[in-house]
Amino acid sequence: MKSMSELLAADGSHENWLPLLEVATREVFELMLGCQLTVPETAQEVNRDVTSMVGLAGQLCGVLRVCCDNKAAALMTSRMLNVPLDKVGSDVADALGEICNMVAGNFKNKITGLGDGCMLSPPTVVTGSDYDLHSLAVSPALEVRLLFEGLPVIIALEIHS
Amino acid sequence: MNSIRALIVDDSSVMRKIVERSLRQAGVEMTEVFQAGNGAEALSVLQDTAVDLILCDINMPVMDGLEFVKQLSGVANAKGVPVVMITTEGSEAHVVQAISCGARGYIRKPFTAEQVKEHVIPVLAGKS
Repeated sequence: MKSMSELLAADGSHENWLPLLEVATREVFELMLGCQLTVPETAQEVNRDVTSMVGLAGQLCGVLRVCCDNKAAALMTSRMLNVPLDKVGSDVADALGEICNMVAGNFKNKITGLGDGCMLSPPTVVTGSDYDLHSLAVSPALEVRLLFEGLPVIIALEIHS
Repeated sequence: MNSIRALIVDDSSVMRKIVERSLRQAGVEMTEVFQAGNGAEALSVLQDTAVDLILCDINMPVMDGLEFVKQLSGVANAKGVPVVMITTEGSEAHVVQAISCGARGYIRKPFTAEQVKEHVIPVLAGKS
């Protein structure tokens, strides 16, 4: 585990946090969904049908987002609950919110001092892709793109301060 | 181990289902599983129901897990009932706070059924 200051790049950016964000995400999918995420060989367009968000406040302020298409969201829910794909029903938003919540929690717990000094909001889940997100972020979002069962998933951390 | 009655407290119904499944995978036999979406609902359940084990999230609306655990001392049906926290809040300070409030175990999300077993079985056996 490294401290916030150790993990800041020389230019003060948070690029060095990307590997931690990826590990935090991979662990959630391995432990809670029983699957390994892979790295896409080429950049893939993502239909952002489902976006789950968790706010961070305290020593680190920002928003962590998980975005994917409807098919990936349903499949994640199916894996999480261990139920057939056609039985996931209304649990999709709840499941995606929990995934985002666990990624955010797991990420902050990997940085010394942040676990105590950073609170998480309850998850918010947006369904539908026709929206604009206006953020107070001070820099471009840290973004990790991975494949879940061959379907693209974006994990993005927008840092406000 | 005898079959038990468990109360699972989490604002996510998906997480409540996962916790129940993990308990069964951990070998915990349950005759009944009660569920609540926050601490206040859980206290209401305990007014009429005696349980043997409580698994509880921390971050919940209305009444969070720490406040719920504090209030358990005044609930007759909860006397001596072990509480295990299951939460994304994994810092040392949160663990200390939960234990000082009366929790007997602490599991960090994400978790495996094996981790649930490691933390819950000793608590049920009175070894923790």
